[in-house]
Amino acid sequence: MDVENIVKEVLKELEGRLGQENKTGNPEKEKSNIEKHVEYIKEKKVSVDNPINVETIRSAQEITPARIGIGRTGTRMKTANYLDFLIDHAAAQDAVFKDVDESVLKELNLPVLNSTAKDQEEYLMNLDAGRKLDEASVEWLKQNAEKGKQVQIIVSDGLSSTGTPETVPDLMSALIQGLKLKNITIGTPVFIKRSRVWIQDEVAKLVDCDVVISLIGERPGLATSKSISAYIIYRPNEKSVEADRTVFSNIHEGGVPPAEAGAHLADTISEMLKFKSSGVKFAQRLE
Amino acid sequence: MKLSTALSGETYQFNSVKEVLAKASEEKSGDKMAGIRAASSLERMAAKLTLSELQLKDIYENPVIPYEHDEVTRIIYDDISQFIYKEISGWTVGELRNYILSHRTTSEDLKRISRGLTSEMISGVSKLMSSMDLVSASQKMRYQAHCNTTIGEPGRLAFRAQANHPIDNPNGIIASVKEGLSYGSGDAVIGINPNNESVDSVSKILHITYDLMDKWEIPTQNCVLSHVTTQMDALRKGAPVGLMFQSLAGTQKANEDFGVSEEILDEGYALMKEKSYSAGPNFYYFETGQGSEVSLSAHEGVDMQTLEARTHGYARHWNPFMVNNVSGFIGPEILFDGRQVIRADLEDLFMGKLHGLPMGIAPTYTNHTIADQNDQEIGGMLTALGGANFYMGVPGGDDVMLSYQDTSYHDDATLREMFGYRPLAEFEKWMEKMGLMENGKLTSRAGDLSVFD
Repeated sequence: MDVENIVKEVLKELEGRLGQENKTGNPEKEKSNIEKHVEYIKEKKVSVDNPINVETIRSAQEITPARIGIGRTGTRMKTANYLDFLIDHAAAQDAVFKDVDESVLKELNLPVLNSTAKDQEEYLMNLDAGRKLDEASVEWLKQNAEKGKQVQIIVSDGLSSTGTPETVPDLMSALIQGLKLKNITIGTPVFIKRSRVWIQDEVAKLVDCDVVISLIGERPGLATSKSISAYIIYRPNEKSVEADRTVFSNIHEGGVPPAEAGAHLADTISEMLKFKSSGVKFAQRLE
Repeated sequence: MKLSTALSGETYQFNSVKEVLAKASEEKSGDKMAGIRAASSLERMAAKLTLSELQLKDIYENPVIPYEHDEVTRIIYDDISQFIYKEISGWTVGELRNYILSHRTTSEDLKRISRGLTSEMISGVSKLMSSMDLVSASQKMRYQAHCNTTIGEPGRLAFRAQANHPIDNPNGIIASVKEGLSYGSGDAVIGINPNNESVDSVSKILHITYDLMDKWEIPTQNCVLSHVTTQMDALRKGAPVGLMFQSLAGTQKANEDFGVSEEILDEGYALMKEKSYSAGPNFYYFETGQGSEVSLSAHEGVDMQTLEARTHGYARHWNPFMVNNVSGFIGPEILFDGRQVIRADLEDLFMGKLHGLPMGIAPTYTNHTIADQNDQEIGGMLTALGGANFYMGVPGGDDVMLSYQDTSYHDDATLREMFGYRPLAEFEKWMEKMGLMENGKLTSRAGDLSVFD
């Protein structure tokens, strides 16, 4: 989808440029320009040679984003499928090394806080840097955040610059709506740039909430770079371990749709508040 | 015990065996993040030199985490043959390297000596070995195991059909399994990572994969890679578990984060013996991999390679059917680039084998690491040359649930044909029956999932 959009953008831009050239009256150049470009079209296609039942493969391709029904030459991938793979890898790498567009954060009305990671490199290479708030953010939370609410929502760019703009708006609005319907109180949601999951423990302590939930950009895969994971923990403290966190992954249009996920997360949080626990302890309590 | 070395006009002083091991490691970003790597290239060499002169008993007497404090250390030490250890306790690590690589040392010799080596010794000797040393020594060691079928026979290479789906759509999973089977992947195990880890969801995937095996008489085993206690619950409720999975780490602290212990793993093994449809005696599938302890801040100041070795030492206690690393799965803070990932793959294969494990490899990379498909394929070819028992098989190499890349169904078939390896014996017969393979080569029908129509 991403690559498709990029291609569309490029084509649109190209059209625009050609249009302008048209106005200056150079139709010849327009034609030669189009012929110069290889057009990349990403589509699911059965490329198995002489399959027994092409319809079986086609319908299989519809129910999974996995790269199946792509056939082979010898034991290797065919050229088009190999290039598809490399293009998706290139797009995924680019999604990691970009920053989230700040205008999206303004639209979501999210205050922007920071971890101690000074730049992308430090963030990627030093886990601790992304697990702590910088001084100004600590101060901001002390001064401005609503304290003593039941739930605190954190949005983190994590490892994807596209997860936040593409998936978080629908997810967050469904989550907030779900919590409000249950009369659960919510503190001011915040965005924390270059942050990792464990930063939620520090935030929870500062705002004195019962449950903290982080909506965090997953590392991009080849199939999607828009995926968000939700990590939830009840009253984290020094003794908390990984098994105390409840995780929901693969929230995006091609996985668990954001609106559905938001409603489900609100239900889960309401249960956690009732049982005063999260993670493995919470899962066992349910059974 | 000598812990200092004079080199190029400078004296390098180390405080412990643990520090020597850490500083003798090849450059890796995870050890740098943990603050334990050598400060310079020459300090690294001084550590290697010091290590080469340490006697095995120096290492034995100084485990990197004390016996009293750590379950992993206890399991490793309690499983050692004291008789064999005493025969070699006076050797230096340098002499151990020479012994392993010598023409006079046979596969049987290495199998025997393995029982007298602690994991720190195995990690230590591999820090004195180059890529070619590691591959060449790995070729000498090959271990078989039996669950429902036999893995690790000479001339055979197996694959796990890792047919994951982002939301566990049953038909989506089965379609990807069929695609894999049609390429010859799935003889090691049909092994699915679930997105939803509830007992019901895990049981459902166990049932659909087992039903497929049953319908098409496929000689293999199935597995759903959720937490061991979840699989145990599913098994108790009657779900068909062919192989039981768990991720392991090299410190008790990290295993506690994973929610595993000796007691839980013993319980899982006993339950498999009682309730699994597989014959065994090898019922476990373990995943390891350098760096998990660092990510969990549970490394206890020990280098990642030594922790990986300790994970192997812990794993061998339960006589697993399959063990594979996933070094490369975490990210650049652990292994910075393709070069570091490939080195880790070669180390993991050698160390697993020297522990006597039926070792496989997952040469993986994530999209936020400086590594690409070329690196992964080099790692795959080199470890196949070293005689890995098995690899993963992922449709098109792209895991759409876990969001990382691993060996593809295509790579599996290629590695087999490139090295003249065959699928596992019973599975090869099944492929021939299905018309998918002839004389060890894929037929024109292979790669078509609609052969199962």
